[in-house]
Amino acid sequence: MTVNPSGWRPTSPEKLDDSGSETVTGNRALMLEEPLLFERGRLDQTGVDIPEVKTTPARRVGGLERNRDIGLPGLSEPEAVRHYTRLSRQNYAIDLGLFPLGSCTMKHNPRLNEKVARMPGFADVHPLQPQETVQGALQVVSELAFWLLDLTGMYGVAMSPKAGAHGELCGLLCIRSALEARGDEREVVLVPESAHGTNPATAAFAGYRVENIPANKAGRVDLDALKARLGPDVAAVMITNPNTCGLFEPDMIAISEAVHAAGAFVYCDGANFNAIVGKVRPGDLGIDAMHINLHKTFSTPHGGGGPGSGPVVLSEALAPFGPLPFVAKMPDGSYKLVEEENAGEEHHASSFGRMVAFHGQMGMFSRALAYILSHGADGLKQVAEDAVLNANYVLRSLQDVLDAPFAKGGPCMHEAIFSDRGFAEGLSTIDLAKALIDEGFHPMTMYFPLVVHGAMLVEPTETESKAALDEFIAAMRSIAQRAKAGDESLKAAPVYAPRRRLDETLAARKPVLVYRDPAQAEAAE
Amino acid sequence: MRYLPLSDADRSQMLQVVGAKSIDDLFVDVPKAARLDGLIQGLPLHASELDVERHMGALSKKNMVAGDVPFFLGCGAYRHHVPASVDHIIQRGEFLTSYTPYQPEIAQGTLQVLFEFQTQVARLFGCDIANASMYDGSTACWEAILMAGRITRRDKAILSSGLHPHYVSVCNTMAKFTGDTLETSTPNLSAETDADRIIAAIDDETSAVVVQYPDILGRVVDLAPIAEAAHAKGALLIAVVTEPVALGLIRSPGEMGADIVVGEGQSIGVGLQFGGPYVGLFACAEKFVRQMPGRLVGQTVDAEGKRGFVLTLSTREQHIRREKATSNICTSSVLCALAFTAHLTLLGEKGLRQLAHLNHARACEVADRLAAIPGVSVVNDGFFNEFTLKLPVEARPAVHALVEKGVLGGVSLGRLYPDAPGLQNGLIIAVTETVTDEDVDAFAAALKEVVR
Repeated sequence: MTVNPSGWRPTSPEKLDDSGSETVTGNRALMLEEPLLFERGRLDQTGVDIPEVKTTPARRVGGLERNRDIGLPGLSEPEAVRHYTRLSRQNYAIDLGLFPLGSCTMKHNPRLNEKVARMPGFADVHPLQPQETVQGALQVVSELAFWLLDLTGMYGVAMSPKAGAHGELCGLLCIRSALEARGDEREVVLVPESAHGTNPATAAFAGYRVENIPANKAGRVDLDALKARLGPDVAAVMITNPNTCGLFEPDMIAISEAVHAAGAFVYCDGANFNAIVGKVRPGDLGIDAMHINLHKTFSTPHGGGGPGSGPVVLSEALAPFGPLPFVAKMPDGSYKLVEEENAGEEHHASSFGRMVAFHGQMGMFSRALAYILSHGADGLKQVAEDAVLNANYVLRSLQDVLDAPFAKGGPCMHEAIFSDRGFAEGLSTIDLAKALIDEGFHPMTMYFPLVVHGAMLVEPTETESKAALDEFIAAMRSIAQRAKAGDESLKAAPVYAPRRRLDETLAARKPVLVYRDPAQAEAAE
Repeated sequence: MRYLPLSDADRSQMLQVVGAKSIDDLFVDVPKAARLDGLIQGLPLHASELDVERHMGALSKKNMVAGDVPFFLGCGAYRHHVPASVDHIIQRGEFLTSYTPYQPEIAQGTLQVLFEFQTQVARLFGCDIANASMYDGSTACWEAILMAGRITRRDKAILSSGLHPHYVSVCNTMAKFTGDTLETSTPNLSAETDADRIIAAIDDETSAVVVQYPDILGRVVDLAPIAEAAHAKGALLIAVVTEPVALGLIRSPGEMGADIVVGEGQSIGVGLQFGGPYVGLFACAEKFVRQMPGRLVGQTVDAEGKRGFVLTLSTREQHIRREKATSNICTSSVLCALAFTAHLTLLGEKGLRQLAHLNHARACEVADRLAAIPGVSVVNDGFFNEFTLKLPVEARPAVHALVEKGVLGGVSLGRLYPDAPGLQNGLIIAVTETVTDEDVDAFAAALKEVVR
């Protein structure tokens, strides 16, 4: 045997009994525990070098100087970078694997978009700079608006809404303004029972009473029931198309005609636009208003829960009521921000007003524009086709092991829906979902929409390869079979995640929403 | 196409599995009359990364970049230096490309960050609790008014004239539809705020008083007497903070009795970005928790007893309560909240105090310097890093004239209040740590010429 001067020996794994092995630190190799900032930082520690104040002026804050500690611990830069890096590793993300969360369109976020958004002409300009100094930024808004209209076949677009639900609100306020302008006070908004929760919440936020319309057996809006309910009190119908069962509403044109005949408007939740971008234009389906989630179809990153951006495309009937401000392209090729003071001269005096401070999500506009230009007309059509193909491939590869309530009726759009019918007693969708975590996937949307028992809504998106789908399908097949066979070990899943199942009941019963120093917490008990 | 992994061979193989002859078979439900035959008209074909970068780069160059010139704008968006590590942290793919943390076992990173964010915001604002972010300050302000209405069961709010006019506009827009009554007014170009007028206006029907701190002209008003007057009539005080760095130097609204404190978090960690995305801050007393809008993260334990975090009290929210929810908000501004909390963690108590001190000191210097220009005076008695000048000429054209001289010299009150004749000579100036001595020299020289 030769001597290894470094002391290095090749490892040769032996079969070990590792049951019950706990580490001193609680860490497990690359899986690192991280305490709270408040347990790690100190009030006198900082990771930023601030220049000394040269002179000490007389303070001019009206005698309101702070006279006690805020309680904000700091970290040095290396500690801060490590704190957040360790935390980041406890997250699942698209960058790590398939994230088939239905209705959320978790597609790849191109890094070119990040680079573009950080260009100084977009990242380092103030919203109230004189307009002659921000012509390029205004051009980004204008170009994106132009392509959104081109892709949707609509008449106008409101760019300022901050996210999807905010876009819904914008659309409903346009509708209400249009109705009020013709002296028509209506009070009801009809919402299918399969709709996203934001739809009824938005309708209520806009001052409307919400009524549900039922779905038929094929998972679509029941046209007859809808027609029967339409009347002079109905302001709008909110439709999601493709709907939350992943199905296109084949009666969409008839629905629009019936709604218009009743003097009401069609609002479309555009959360699922990814399935049809470049294939069909909502304007050709009779839709009056639709929000577009730039953070879904147009690839801006979801960031763990926003920021999003929810531009709303509008029909000719609604466009005059859209919010301020907006960007107008002038005959001389310059761009102008139309705000309260000049709305009249730009023929927009009937605007319902302002929804946000400043002009909208510029950082998302530059990203979305870069994405649209990258894909182009051919690429975007391919996006919809691949998204739909991937979903159908998942649907057909799983329909023999999982109940797929609408599979017999034909293809799905960009997402496939399954139910937990056939699972052994005591096992449900959540158990399958948590077992998927152990297999290295993010679970699908669970228990939504409510019209399918134990719904599992799978949206793979177009940015998944066939190999990634095959791996996912294999895992799903295995877990589904275990669930049907009554494998109780599913209830223990996940086993390999940073945390086991969490006690959500406890969190809601005794809410702890901020950190309290141990002494403080004890005193509060 | 670089973002699409499927090959043509994959596609035909998959179509076979699906049992479709062509991709169009999968779009059968789309009415034929509406289906597009070919490509969308007008939009060019796909483009390389290099080409797109060139196009966007050319548009970027058509703007006057704040960092390239003497820059003095504020009014709800502030230019502070953001440490390089903040941008690194928010670009970690695990944060950037994750979703709302619906599966807590594999989202502890985002959840713990938000728990820390909630704690920092609550402490900074002097409140018991805070939520996990709103879209921005203006929408948070309206949500606070709605929340006060739910708590007091009244629908009449008084908005201080010192509230950012865009915030006032947003609230006015929404109130038109909800039927709430808002009492609003424009500010006076004077050192006196309208605190006394507001206190006198509060009555038994008032749900809330909304006061910005520091206000749109940069004035710092003691909130305690307003809180006291509001509480005496059963109304709430909503404080609005658009420059949270100020709270490193001046006392928090919560300490002075504000019941709900909302704000714009942009100035910590988030760049100017031409107005968005920003991050709304929302804090209040714990007793109001069930009336709060937006996501909340709470502490709990997992099946092994280990500490963990989850989204909680969801029965307030749209995905459970639908039309009975406290708000329709779903996606909020979590990545910007991460930027905020990472920057605030790097600053810490010590850094925030130093930063606030430096901002105030610089603003005092600049105020004195500009007030020395003949005909120019400072309106404010008190301010933090932003104050209002009264010029001998209209400020709006002056701002454009300053641009001609290569200076971004503040926000004119004419831009914000075009219809208020008494305000047209007002110019709001913000001074942060990013302003250099050379910037101040250039600004003072340019302004002197412009007002001559």
